[in-house]
Amino acid sequence: MSHRLATGGRLIDRARDVKFTFNGKHMTGFAGETLAASLLANGQTLLGRSFKYHRPRGVVASGAEEPNALVGLGKGDRYEPNQRVTTTEVFDGLSAETQNHWPSLEYDLLAVNSLVPQFLTAGFYYKTFLRPRAFWKHVYEPIIRKSAGLGKAPAHDARDPDRYEQLYAFCDVLVIGGGIAGLQAALSAAEAGARVALWEQTVHWGGRAPVDGVTIDGQDADAWVKATVAKLESMDNVHLRLRCMGAGVHDHGYVLGYERVSDHAPGTDAPRHRLWRMRAGQIVTATGAIERPLSFAGNDLPGVMLASAVRDYVVNYAVAPGQSVVVVTNNDDAYRTAIALRRAGVGVPAVVDARAEANGPLVAEARAAGITVLTGKGIRKVKGSKQVTSVEICRIDSKGTAFTEKFDCDAVAMSGGWSPVVHLWSHCGGKLLWDEANHFFRPDAARPPLGTDGAGFVTVCGSANGDMGAVLSSAHEAALAAARATGATGNATAPSADSAPDMAPMDAVWMMPRNAEYELRMKMWLDFQNDVKVADVQLAAREGYQSVEHTKRYTTLGMATDQGKLSNINGLAILSDALGQPIPATGTTTFRPPYTPISIGAIAGEATGSTFQPLRRSPIQDWHDSNGSDPEPVGQWRRPYTYLRAGEDRHASVNREVANARTNTGLLDASTLGKILVQGPDAGRFMDMFYTNMMSNLKPGKCRYGLMCNENGFLMDDGVVARLSDDAFLVHTTSGGADHVHGWMEDWLQCEWWDWKVHTVNLTEQFAQIAVVGPKARQLLERFGGMDVSADTLKFMEWSEGKLGGFDARVFRISFSGELSFEVAVPAGQGRAFWDKLLAEGADLGVMPYGTEALHILRAEKGFIMIGDETDGTVIPQDLNLNWAISKKKDDFLGKRGMEREAMIHPDRWKLVGLETLDGSVLPHGALAVTGGKTANKQAETEGRVTSTYYSATLKRGIAMGLVRYGPDRMGEVLEFAGTGDARIKVRIVDPVLYDKEGAKQNV
Amino acid sequence: MLLLTCPCCGVTAEETEFAPGGEAHLKRSGPGSSDAEFDSYMFNRKNPRGVHFERWRHAYGCGKWFLAARCTMTLEVFGTYPAQTLEPPAEIVAAIKAKRPDWEGFA
Repeated sequence: MSHRLATGGRLIDRARDVKFTFNGKHMTGFAGETLAASLLANGQTLLGRSFKYHRPRGVVASGAEEPNALVGLGKGDRYEPNQRVTTTEVFDGLSAETQNHWPSLEYDLLAVNSLVPQFLTAGFYYKTFLRPRAFWKHVYEPIIRKSAGLGKAPAHDARDPDRYEQLYAFCDVLVIGGGIAGLQAALSAAEAGARVALWEQTVHWGGRAPVDGVTIDGQDADAWVKATVAKLESMDNVHLRLRCMGAGVHDHGYVLGYERVSDHAPGTDAPRHRLWRMRAGQIVTATGAIERPLSFAGNDLPGVMLASAVRDYVVNYAVAPGQSVVVVTNNDDAYRTAIALRRAGVGVPAVVDARAEANGPLVAEARAAGITVLTGKGIRKVKGSKQVTSVEICRIDSKGTAFTEKFDCDAVAMSGGWSPVVHLWSHCGGKLLWDEANHFFRPDAARPPLGTDGAGFVTVCGSANGDMGAVLSSAHEAALAAARATGATGNATAPSADSAPDMAPMDAVWMMPRNAEYELRMKMWLDFQNDVKVADVQLAAREGYQSVEHTKRYTTLGMATDQGKLSNINGLAILSDALGQPIPATGTTTFRPPYTPISIGAIAGEATGSTFQPLRRSPIQDWHDSNGSDPEPVGQWRRPYTYLRAGEDRHASVNREVANARTNTGLLDASTLGKILVQGPDAGRFMDMFYTNMMSNLKPGKCRYGLMCNENGFLMDDGVVARLSDDAFLVHTTSGGADHVHGWMEDWLQCEWWDWKVHTVNLTEQFAQIAVVGPKARQLLERFGGMDVSADTLKFMEWSEGKLGGFDARVFRISFSGELSFEVAVPAGQGRAFWDKLLAEGADLGVMPYGTEALHILRAEKGFIMIGDETDGTVIPQDLNLNWAISKKKDDFLGKRGMEREAMIHPDRWKLVGLETLDGSVLPHGALAVTGGKTANKQAETEGRVTSTYYSATLKRGIAMGLVRYGPDRMGEVLEFAGTGDARIKVRIVDPVLYDKEGAKQNV
Repeated sequence: MLLLTCPCCGVTAEETEFAPGGEAHLKRSGPGSSDAEFDSYMFNRKNPRGVHFERWRHAYGCGKWFLAARCTMTLEVFGTYPAQTLEPPAEIVAAIKAKRPDWEGFA
């Protein structure tokens, strides 16, 4: 059983107890350790159930690579599933719960899945559950949903109470990884004069070296680490961060760093996570290496751990994973674990070494300590149900039919060699090469990721580079070169000398024993988290999978939250073997950021709630907000949909506003309307290119409605153009389209017609614009005095400017409602006063503001189109019967050629009509007209769709517009529109102009 | 996230400060062009694996459009230049040739 050792533990503070709960049970750990160490110290080796088979699982690793030991952390609003206990610092009050079991961790009934594993082999979801078809929805899926998956999602009403932030930063040299290679790299680069940042993902500097007994200048590595960190801390040009993981390396030296600021101290004032958005001149990765598991039967049982992890727990935290630990290896490094265990007083029945001979210095040291070493052997099978109880040994080259030795033990330390952590090197295109001697992929320095200047911007040092012996000297060289590349010219002092024992070559062992029979291969786990076994990858190869990327997706190897940090190399070695090709010919899957999962909170940063995006405010916004505005998003504006009064629902409120505008006076805040000034000697020519109709012949003082299309001929925006002078036009665009239209104009002016003398200015926010609408509109404006707005002076589709009761006004006599209507623009600063004055002066005229919904209904009653309703990016003006607004005289305008294409002139196009339900009801949005026939795909055949639909307070029934095949030629015909389910709604095709077709109302 | 230099205002900035505008040096086909010409203008893009000319706008800066010569494979930027050109200027061509001797040239 795992337990706390009486002495030792370089990272723990035995004087400080930490109390936490695990599945509600109270436990105690020591400050300075991970939750994994605390749990093991409490004898808790069973930590969860596996994904598919619900097999018992425990801790395998000691760091970010951990695949098994995931728990739900925290409670209520702070609950978070799938947290690795190996990277969680233990703290007072921590609460952890195990996942993926039913009814309990100890007795999981779903473990029956492992009795019928043939249902869940590679690609099982593609082939097992196909028939009978109805079974998927009612039988298979509910069962799979219950048994698969990891942690539970937080409660639907949980709200993250924590704060997250993002910081932009810049440095010359960013060093990622705070082991001895990283520390040396930071020091050398800093001494050379570069601005340096150093990130370490754990809470301790020094990495593996102090655990592995590396000496530096003849001294313990710990002493050097301490002195080096002190030196770095004293330098002004160095920025050190612990708990900060290099999450991803992106284009041109952009790096994301994920700093877990207060995960270990929840509820404090600090942000929980901080996302560093670093732009580095050069990046030095010193991210170390990850030990590989060995594939033997039962390698997933609680108690089977990586040899390096066992060593970490013993040396760092004074925790032994068992009373008696068998070490199994194919290399010398694992002997360090045997020696460390023996030193700590833990039993080591044997080191089982797959190699025919084992004679390195560490092996000699182990033998000298009295440890039994078996060579040419491997583990045949691990026995035990919820915990290792014994191991059976066999010859490594055998089929493993019978065992040669058997050892009782409660833990196994395995080492299949090391894999350099090349993720960050690879994220942005750094290439790898296969190291024949060490059997791993390492960075190919000749093919680095390239920066904006085409030069490499990432260098790798230490074991991340595959340097498995001394590292300080090469780290120094790498960092100096990086610093030089950023322009640093200083000299760095020579590095200290680190020494590690010589290592004899390892032997590649991808399966143990090498010729294992099927029964054993069925129990050899490659991917612990996704429950993928050696037999699964072999099956995929037999079924024809050759590409490693395809095999990954078919078997789900490496697709779990650990992204295959332990499993990928072993898996692709098995695949290569099955395909009969060398490992480099198979290649690796793609390394993608982030290195380990980062929180959504960190990605969002402060952009949540009201700071999610900046909002644009009309000059009259305050009035809206305090007078019942029921806001709706229109671009980045929040326009009043309607102004609710006490006791009213939206519907009643909108109807009141519509009726009032038709009978008294309505006010609309149209300030959000796009207003773009187009000015210059070539303005007319430019306008003619931009609009489908002629604009150059518009007289100053006049207004004209126009359409804008893109080069496809699709209608993009519309609005009223006012000619201000011979060389100036004021373009009105839709509220949502102003920025886009302005950008579109600039595009053509800068990139195509750059010799034209025109210039555009987006004046949208410079003016407040208020539509004064209704039979009494003129009466209201005349009360202001000043400008003459009489019917004779200011005719329909004219504009004039002057003083309107003290306001600097430009009055456009245009109408989007069909009523007598003036749109009055005043400088933005006068907007609110003008609005207030309109309300005050018009009190007895029934003046009443109306919102965007009334605006829509008023225009729909008149059959006016709305960009975004009648148009969807595939509609040409001709579809909307707007041929009158397309000039036949102009040689060219944007979209002209596009409209001439066969599909655009085809008579089959759906065209705009009015739609009237026979029963007066309101049609559903987007409803489709169905012919009753079927298409070639056996779907219902359609011949039209609803584009706008409202209840008309004026006509007291539902009104709608839609696009219907041959629509205008089918007036009076009754169509069927599909409602919910089988419901059919009978609709008559009518003229879209339902109100005042002659225009008598607006022309008074 | 790319780093680009706006040739108009001289600022070197993060990609988020710019808006991409697709392939550069397209020749507009207006009325009178054949279906094939118009199709090519509207839809057919080179999309090369290697040297490419692109339109960018310094959207959150000076607002000017400019052009960039870039390698789509390595992300190397050979240079940026004003949008008011019909083909890549000589110094940009020279910069590309220096780095990519096998490059077939702008066509």
